[in-house]
Amino acid sequence: MTKENNNYFIKGKKDNWEVVIGLEVHAQVLSNSKLFSGSSTKFGANPNTQVSLIDSAFPGMLPVINEECVKQAVRTGLGLNAKINNYSVFDRKNYFYADLPQGYQISQYKNPIVGEGKVLLDMPNGSKEVGIERLHLEQDAGKSIHDMDPSSTYVDLNRSGIALMEIVSKPDLRSPDEVNAYIKKLRSIMRYLGTCDGNMQEGSLRADVNVSVRKVGDKDFGTRCEIKNVNSIKFMQMAIEYEAKRQVELIESGEKIDQETRLFDTKKNETRSMRSKEDAHDYRYFPDPDLLPLNIDQKIIDDLKKSLPELPDQKKERFIKDYNLSAYEANVLVSEKEISNYYEEVAKQSDKKLAATWMMGDLFAMLNDKGLSISQSPISSSNLAELIQSIKSGEISGRIAKEVFEIMIETGDNPKKIIESKGMKQQSDPKELEKMINEILEQNKDKVDQYKSGKDKLFGFFVGQVMKVSGGKANPQLANDILKKLLKA
Amino acid sequence: MSNLSDKTLTELVGLIKSKQIKSEELTSEFITNGQKGKKLNAYITESFDIAKDKAKQFDIKPNFDCLLPGVPLAVKDLFCTNGVKTTAGSKMLENFIPNYESTVTTNLWNEGAFLLGKLNCDEYAMGSSNETSFYGNVINPLEDKVVPGGSSGGSAAAVCANLTPATIGTDTGGSIRQPASFTGTVGLKPTYGLCSRWGIVAFASSLDQAGPMTKTVSDCALMLEAMCGFDPKDSTSIDKKKENYSKNLNKNIKGLKIGIPKEYRVDGMPNEIETLWEEGKKILKNEGAEIIDISLPHTEYALPTYYIVAPAEASSNLARYDGVRYGFRSNKGNNLIEMYENTRSEGFGDEVKRRILIGTYVLSSGYYDAYYLKAQKVRQLIKKDFDDSFKKVDAILTPSAPSSAFKIGEKKDDPISMYLNDVFTVPVNLAGLPAMSIPAGLDKNKLPLGLQLIGKPLAEQTLLNIAFSMEEKINFKLNINKWWEK
Amino acid sequence: MSIDKDKIKHTSKLARISLDEGKVDSLSKDLSNIFNFIEKLNKINTDKVEPLTSILNQTLRSRKDDITDGAIRDKVLGNAPKKNEEFFIVPKVIE
Repeated sequence: MTKENNNYFIKGKKDNWEVVIGLEVHAQVLSNSKLFSGSSTKFGANPNTQVSLIDSAFPGMLPVINEECVKQAVRTGLGLNAKINNYSVFDRKNYFYADLPQGYQISQYKNPIVGEGKVLLDMPNGSKEVGIERLHLEQDAGKSIHDMDPSSTYVDLNRSGIALMEIVSKPDLRSPDEVNAYIKKLRSIMRYLGTCDGNMQEGSLRADVNVSVRKVGDKDFGTRCEIKNVNSIKFMQMAIEYEAKRQVELIESGEKIDQETRLFDTKKNETRSMRSKEDAHDYRYFPDPDLLPLNIDQKIIDDLKKSLPELPDQKKERFIKDYNLSAYEANVLVSEKEISNYYEEVAKQSDKKLAATWMMGDLFAMLNDKGLSISQSPISSSNLAELIQSIKSGEISGRIAKEVFEIMIETGDNPKKIIESKGMKQQSDPKELEKMINEILEQNKDKVDQYKSGKDKLFGFFVGQVMKVSGGKANPQLANDILKKLLKA
Repeated sequence: MSNLSDKTLTELVGLIKSKQIKSEELTSEFITNGQKGKKLNAYITESFDIAKDKAKQFDIKPNFDCLLPGVPLAVKDLFCTNGVKTTAGSKMLENFIPNYESTVTTNLWNEGAFLLGKLNCDEYAMGSSNETSFYGNVINPLEDKVVPGGSSGGSAAAVCANLTPATIGTDTGGSIRQPASFTGTVGLKPTYGLCSRWGIVAFASSLDQAGPMTKTVSDCALMLEAMCGFDPKDSTSIDKKKENYSKNLNKNIKGLKIGIPKEYRVDGMPNEIETLWEEGKKILKNEGAEIIDISLPHTEYALPTYYIVAPAEASSNLARYDGVRYGFRSNKGNNLIEMYENTRSEGFGDEVKRRILIGTYVLSSGYYDAYYLKAQKVRQLIKKDFDDSFKKVDAILTPSAPSSAFKIGEKKDDPISMYLNDVFTVPVNLAGLPAMSIPAGLDKNKLPLGLQLIGKPLAEQTLLNIAFSMEEKINFKLNINKWWEK
Repeated sequence: MSIDKDKIKHTSKLARISLDEGKVDSLSKDLSNIFNFIEKLNKINTDKVEPLTSILNQTLRSRKDDITDGAIRDKVLGNAPKKNEEFFIVPKVIE
């Protein structure tokens, strides 16, 4: 376990600078209805069709909490190895914006539902533990659309009131790579748990990034800036790099860092200060008097813990042990629950190692190429298993298997059918092979002589000929053996 | 039958149920009174045509198996009424027509009653004299140029002047009890959570409660029974079975212990109030109750506490009035922030602005601990005072207000003098307790003075019974000369 | 406790209420008086007192995760001062 084994530095004029990063991740809770109202949470609905009188803050409207959202937050907290607080409070965070109908957001301030936890990252130079500060529940805001009219903003409140989990990390991250790994890990855990679908394009996973720098060896933290509204990991990484360099330059030229909120300009690839009101941060938090404190029975927490599915870390350990996979292989295969399920189906029906190899190589390459997820794969797990079995049994060669694989992608057919119909069975009859090879040697007497007089490299030529004549179907191992035997003679 | 509107709600319900009168004639009379009563300015919105229709429909197919069959009721303009303008006494909502109905009014309509109209009140329920309403002052029916109290001033005036057989108001710091006291009527603030707050324009969420305002205690019990009840849409609603306040109303208070808190004897209190308080004690003793001196040591801190907590919650509750989704929007302003600032500047009156600013300030960075947090701690102490006392007594008797109704304009320029009106009522809201005001007598200017009864949580029946017993012995009679009809 | 004009201006910005100079003056006076009145609370020692978190003796009730609301766009937009068929419309924010 390493915490400070870090390779990422900003080279300043005189010193090396370490980058200290903390993330506030906002994850939309998977639930049918909103946190405090009964409106639907489905993505992509027509504007303002998933809005109730509560969501649009009409006079006299009151919140009632959704029990499933509470459970989802607890599940996520358990998945983060965190302390679940039996007592928590909902506070009002007061500010004005067109997509915040109440003029306040119901959030949690001093008493969040989940306390400290930790997440393990698999980095190339070892495992890294990232601390979680807390997780709390809060309402999402609606959407302000600025580009439909030059002088007006259009407001859609569909998203207003959807439950969000805000997951605050400790300032333990030290590089853009670690940020990537952290977000992917969080996403993976929540997808395993079914508490958030982690879809950054649809906005169900967003992050604010806090960046500060300090000279390598310094123990104190520098002044941090918050970068808001970065909606992809790639942009986050670019923003962090730019911001860290900006801060180093400023400090080295004798200036101080202003603690402020910044935006990442994706066109210019730079962060800039939000020209925002100085008192934007006076949220005047106080406990929401329309709600009572939330008490969660320990029994409920214990029951939820018992019913948690196997999580990525546990699954990875099990894969390494039961399937003899390397840490790297296991890591890749547990990254998504669907992938790990697919793998286990294939492995159980064929070969553990080959399943891993074929998935991580040919299958993933094909899926990436076509922009498909594993659940959309044209090749089913049982078909891939069958293909692997065919190789293992010697029915077809590895080379032919690749051809069959391609056909499987196109047709979705099972390998046996393809092998049969295209006559792709491997030629493994020693007698037939010997006959074929003898013929080849006959036709290439001069090369045989050259080989026998020392030109070892010509062996490859003969192998090539065997493949050519057999149409690639010769069993490579057998052919090799027979070739060697006949060439010695 | 003539002068139906002089009768009590209980009597009217009896007459309807025994088919001696029809809803139409009853409703007609209240409408006439309302039309003649315009000088009082008790109404913001009259819905007389709809009421006439509803009365007709009731008479065609009457259902007597309910608490308020065929009864027309006007309600405070803080209750959202479906299809009927709801203004909260403010310019901000001058054109707001809700497409939903508050739970409390729904409960009333489910018991056979229907809407007469919306009654005037202080803007957003902030005030103690009904002088902050955008729709003008309400005048006390007992004397011209005198305030009816507030914030439920229109409600108190309407009951007093027979414009409605009974009504409902809201009470955050005394807004039912003080106007009841000023108009010689009965007002009850239930235990916090007994009546639903859903659909009521919110002022201070941890203090607001809807309650009945009536001519008699018996009417009060009937209205309470009709309006209260658990509401799953309100997270602060108490989940308990409904009680039959009306049926169980009785005058037997033998053995009940009544506390007299010494801290309610404030400096400068008029002698008449002291006198009536003593008379109240005597009556209770004669009826078999025991009088016990108690102390509520933190009473003097209740008003300052209230004027931190209530504005703080209000500043947040009123943030939604921003001109975006309903209500008034200013046409001044070139961008969103200017639109907000102008809308809220033009839409809110002075008292509301004052309280929003106080509330914003006490919650703001650097001040939260010194003010809001401190106030919530003092509130805990005030509640504890009551909890401790209620181990020794069943109810507490105090004056309702430190004076009788004052002249219109008399306290308008002095906010603090206005706030002091609530000195006896505010502690009750802070502690979430039930309390009633019943008329106890007249002062030297022939204006009414009320006595307040404070009870344990959910002890409304006890309060009503004590009040019922006292009412008979006090035998308070209002002499109204309907000067406004001339 | 004096609430000076700067504090009034700052607070009114937070509360999104515009005030002219005359109003700022009178509010400064009013609020100073009110806060003098409120200062009374400083007389009590509340070091060992817990703030009131709820008047009620019950825990927060929850509801089932059912879709019971929404799909009422006409009602939701019906009262808006400025709107079109689908959206609320407000003046632009200046970023």
